[in-house]
Amino acid sequence: MTTPLLEVADLGVAFTRKGEPDSVAVDGVSFDVQPGEIVGLVGESGCGKSVTSLAIMRLLPERGVRVTGSVRMEGTDLMTLSDSAMREKRGRDLSMVFQDPLSSLNPVIEIGLQVTEVLRRHRGLKKDAARREAAELLERVGIPDPRRRLDSYPHQLSGGMRQRVMIAIALACRPRLLIADEPTTALDVTIQAQILELLKELVADSGTALVMITHDLGVVAGLCDRVNVLYGGRIVERSERHRLFGTPRHPYTYGLLGSIPRLDAPPGEDLAAIRGSVNDNLPWAHACAFAPRCPRALERCSEVSPPPELAGGRFLRCHNPVPAEA
Amino acid sequence: MLRFVVRRLLQIVPTLFVLSLLLFAWLRLLPGGPAAALLGDKATPEKIAELNRVLGLDQPIPLQYFRYLGRSLTGDFGNSLISGDPVIDEIGRALPATLELAVAALLIAVVLGIPLGYVAARYRGRPLDTTTVIGTLVGVAVPVFFLGFLLKQWFAVDLGWFPPSGRQSVSIDATDVTGLAVFDGLLTREFDASWDALRHLVLPAIALATIPLAVITRITRASVLDVLGSDFVRTANSKGLAPGTVRGRHVLRNALLPVSTTIGLQTGLLLGGAVLTEKVFVWGGIGTLIAQGIERRDYPRLQAIVLLGAGVYVLVNLLVDLSYALIDPRVRLR
Amino acid sequence: MVTTWANRRKTRIDDLATGRSLGADALVRLRRNPVAIVGAVIVGLFILVSIFAPWIAPHDASQSFPELQEGLRPDVIPGPQPGFPLGSDQNGRDFYSRMILASRQTLLVGVFATLIGLFFGVLIGVLAGAFGGWVDTLLMRFTDVLLSIPSLLLAISIAALAAKPSQTTVIIAVAIVGVPVFARLLRGSMLAQRDSDHVLAATALGVKRRSIVLRHMVPNAIGPVIVQATLTLATAILDAAALSFLGLGDGDPARAEWGLMLANAQAYLDVRPALAFYPAIAIILVALGFTLLGEALREALDPKGRR
Repeated sequence: MTTPLLEVADLGVAFTRKGEPDSVAVDGVSFDVQPGEIVGLVGESGCGKSVTSLAIMRLLPERGVRVTGSVRMEGTDLMTLSDSAMREKRGRDLSMVFQDPLSSLNPVIEIGLQVTEVLRRHRGLKKDAARREAAELLERVGIPDPRRRLDSYPHQLSGGMRQRVMIAIALACRPRLLIADEPTTALDVTIQAQILELLKELVADSGTALVMITHDLGVVAGLCDRVNVLYGGRIVERSERHRLFGTPRHPYTYGLLGSIPRLDAPPGEDLAAIRGSVNDNLPWAHACAFAPRCPRALERCSEVSPPPELAGGRFLRCHNPVPAEA
Repeated sequence: MLRFVVRRLLQIVPTLFVLSLLLFAWLRLLPGGPAAALLGDKATPEKIAELNRVLGLDQPIPLQYFRYLGRSLTGDFGNSLISGDPVIDEIGRALPATLELAVAALLIAVVLGIPLGYVAARYRGRPLDTTTVIGTLVGVAVPVFFLGFLLKQWFAVDLGWFPPSGRQSVSIDATDVTGLAVFDGLLTREFDASWDALRHLVLPAIALATIPLAVITRITRASVLDVLGSDFVRTANSKGLAPGTVRGRHVLRNALLPVSTTIGLQTGLLLGGAVLTEKVFVWGGIGTLIAQGIERRDYPRLQAIVLLGAGVYVLVNLLVDLSYALIDPRVRLR
Repeated sequence: MVTTWANRRKTRIDDLATGRSLGADALVRLRRNPVAIVGAVIVGLFILVSIFAPWIAPHDASQSFPELQEGLRPDVIPGPQPGFPLGSDQNGRDFYSRMILASRQTLLVGVFATLIGLFFGVLIGVLAGAFGGWVDTLLMRFTDVLLSIPSLLLAISIAALAAKPSQTTVIIAVAIVGVPVFARLLRGSMLAQRDSDHVLAATALGVKRRSIVLRHMVPNAIGPVIVQATLTLATAILDAAALSFLGLGDGDPARAEWGLMLANAQAYLDVRPALAFYPAIAIILVALGFTLLGEALREALDPKGRR
């Protein structure tokens, strides 16, 4: 393996409030991203995947949040950079696409300015040059009549178009890393596929690595090279895509795959839904957080935290994994 | 744009129409009817009957109303009982004074309130923020006229920094052009007159500005906090924009939307506050007309001022709407 | 989307209407909030003093004392002395007793003005919110007109109608100013309730309309109204003081009420500023107390404030 583009090591995020115990959102997450690779970060809502991405971007509020661990990008630890040095990197070296494109775009500013401001900031383009470049960017993300669209406001575009604008902004400076946080969740199903296809194309063209954050295994299946499955703020399983879908080992991954309705399933077969909810979690410190919801839970699972294991290119954190030949 | 203005102006019409009905009924609610109230102690049945005839109050009520409405539309609000002059002339003479005072107060409130609210929001929870919030709460709890008296007593009577009352020193022979004393001095290059008028203006303007200042500061603070937590500010930060760009282009512009509405609503409070402030500082504007009108029960004068006050209030807020539409593209001018 | 100022003013009021009804966790939040505690202490003290005023005050509010009157000169009003801890007022009466007794009258003005405004506002709001249609349109058009008149001007016009101003006319004038605000607030709240699932469920179950309105809609919509009423207690006392200052207050010189005392003391500011200071500070404190309490209540009832 070459040197990774991004190396997240033992990342922890806790929300602190006076007079109350800290609430831990991310608990010792480690993963890496190779240049040009597409990596999935999968889990239910509340598993800490969005917080992880915001921590990497250093976009979490400073007050009331404690971030630990390190995030290295090409050898530089982003966590120890000065605020202004981090601002230089954001939008240029690493950028982000958010879930809701309507609320993520400034409602009172034309699209054009929202695209050009990042070009002018990081690429030092003059006003006219930035505008030409912005029109080209919009064209590249598939927005018809891009010159005219520069003067539009976000509310005048459709949801899919807005997300295309967000993608254009994020890729404007050809960053080496793009984080997409549920980029299709707020969109119509028909649009979702288009946006995913677009993202895949663009990152392939520009050699940008992509961290895809989603709760939707369908998104992962068609896109990611490697997949990290998050549960309760920790990575419980990581593997290459085909291996993960072929032989899921962690009961949670297994359950997630089982809860997808399949057309080729025999009629009358029930979906294998995961019982309970995230609220039932045990603390990782001395248990497996998933134990209360796990169909394969042993006594040990609620007493000892399962240690991470690496076997055959697969990362796993489980006392009683699903047998490989299930 | 034009269509929007016309449409909004047309929307005002029914409100003012119902208002005129209310004010018409208001005069007739007076104990013993308007004639008895107007005559006061001198009222005898004969005199009342005569005045009723002169005022047209012996006519059928609907006819009375339409005559009143017709006159009001042509700017004829009757004559003041105090001066005998047409009320509309009185108002015309007093308006510049109140305008000057209100504009100065609003200027103070906006120029101080918006930055103060912004800074408080940025340093949320720190001592500066806490102090500001407490200040805004106390600010609205202080009776305006008492604050006026305090300022007058301390800074005019005790310290002598400012003149205690009036709009201009008698010794200054200023040329009157628009009636706005400070502005006139600049216009005619009588800078000493302008300076003198400005010194007179300071204390009453501060007294009148207190409540709007407190309200604008609070709304700005709340609105900036709201915007700071919004998704698009997070996006702006994710682009690595300079902090100044994020604040100016993304935070402030959006945060000012609710503030502009508040400023419009504050003009109503200013009209009320002006009555109190003008009485304290013997200002001689609309507020003074009202105060005198109350003492002498000059009903035609009060009626006209309330009607015009509501009209101005509604118009100012139309202007605020127009400005709102200029800042926010989502508000279409239809 | 057309937003007009009138609509926005309505929306501002309607926004408040989305607060939740008073719940147990709201009370818990209130008890943890220092703002609420300070407000409650001030208001509590004020109410205690006004209840026990006749027993605390050593003298009657209207009683003049020869020993104080002797000291009255055009430029002198006797200060504190044995038996009269705050000295004399401008008529040779015990200023201390008057300050204590005035708490009662001030509370009376604030509470009655608010309650009357609340009563008619709630009546209009419930009718408009419950019936909708033309009843709603008519009632709301009426409140729009009242809202278009700057509030103090409205209070002045009403108070000026009285041939002889009294405490009652002040209360009525201040009350009417509050009516349109309460009406809009409750209507907005009711409309939100009318579209809510639990009202729909009650309707589907065949509960009678009157009982839906009274049992389901009003109780759930009343929270924001309580907040507004608390805030109105503060503005009512301030407005009443302003009316007194403009000569529309009670003409009876024996009556002790802080707003009235403050207004009357302006003429003696050079001679004895304390006559103005004490009532002013009392009014500021009480207005602040009600405002703090109202703001804390609003925060406690705001769904956004829940975590």
